[in-house]
Amino acid sequence: MSDATTPPTRLGLFLGYGKMGLLGFGGVAAWSRYVVVEDKRWMTEREYAEVLGLGQILPGPNVGNTAIMIGRRFHGLPGALLATGGLYSGPLCILMMLALFYDNFGQEPGVAQAMQGIAVAAAGMVVATALKMGQNLRPPPELIAVGLAAVIAAAFLRLPLLLVVAILAPLGIWLSVRRAFGEAK
Amino acid sequence: MLLQIFFAFATLSLVAVGGATAVLPEMHRLLVVVHGWLDDATFTQLFGLAQAAPGPNILAASIMGWRIAGLGGMAVATLGMLLPAAILAWYVAGATHRMRGASWLKPAQFGLVPIAVGLIAASGITLARASTTDWLTVVILVASFLFVWRTNRSPLWVLAGGGALGFLLL
Repeated sequence: MSDATTPPTRLGLFLGYGKMGLLGFGGVAAWSRYVVVEDKRWMTEREYAEVLGLGQILPGPNVGNTAIMIGRRFHGLPGALLATGGLYSGPLCILMMLALFYDNFGQEPGVAQAMQGIAVAAAGMVVATALKMGQNLRPPPELIAVGLAAVIAAAFLRLPLLLVVAILAPLGIWLSVRRAFGEAK
Repeated sequence: MLLQIFFAFATLSLVAVGGATAVLPEMHRLLVVVHGWLDDATFTQLFGLAQAAPGPNILAASIMGWRIAGLGGMAVATLGMLLPAAILAWYVAGATHRMRGASWLKPAQFGLVPIAVGLIAASGITLARASTTDWLTVVILVASFLFVWRTNRSPLWVLAGGGALGFLLL
């Protein structure tokens, strides 16, 4: 993958975030990375990951937080508003329509089955996205261990995410800073 | 009433590390138990609907606000959920921009990356466990995983394929 990136225009920012919102079945995290890093190439994998890391530990939806930060980086306050507006407006309309018809929606033959097929495919996509990011970023072994600890704590032990972040964030920062300055010596 | 709804969701927003699924228990406590705005069945149904629809899962808040108090309720619930977190993200982005020369900043930010990536993987695993019910769903799961992992084509293909297979065969 080449590292050449192109900053988005204001319209591009709105449309890119609109795409993530409308296609983001099972959460928008995987689509967000796909649009920013692979499809539109606004940022490199590394740049995106650094913003995502902050977005993850701040309260609120992580992609919503990255929309603010990425929008701000490219176009200031208008950028942050356009990215956020793009992310939420489309899905909100769809959700309102679904809610209006939701008494009937689930009963239509085939709808529940198709939704299940989409959910399963989305699950595969989300796991593959995490693996791809890990491969492209090539973190040192101790940070891979932190990542695996996050997987186990959240997916298998079902610990509250606030607790997982409160324990692993200082650890990850400490390990990463220590390695950076250890190498510099 | 609208002000109350706004503050309920604004409180949720500031503890929502990890997004909507992370605050689900607290959301239930506030909306169903404390305020009695929704009953149990409606709460579960609306949350399921927001999960099934595309877009950020946090929109569950919008749809619940709508059910509680119509369009005004939706507006204040959405703003309450998004505004505090967004303002915080804005100032943190500004702070990291100002400190961009600091030699420790990039490594410190990179130290958070494994947590973000790990939690994405965890949400995928949780979603996979909830949605696989038989061998066909496992086949779709594995095919989708391999497609997205090994190619740079749009993941839209696997979502469309998964939906079509589910419609035809499940």
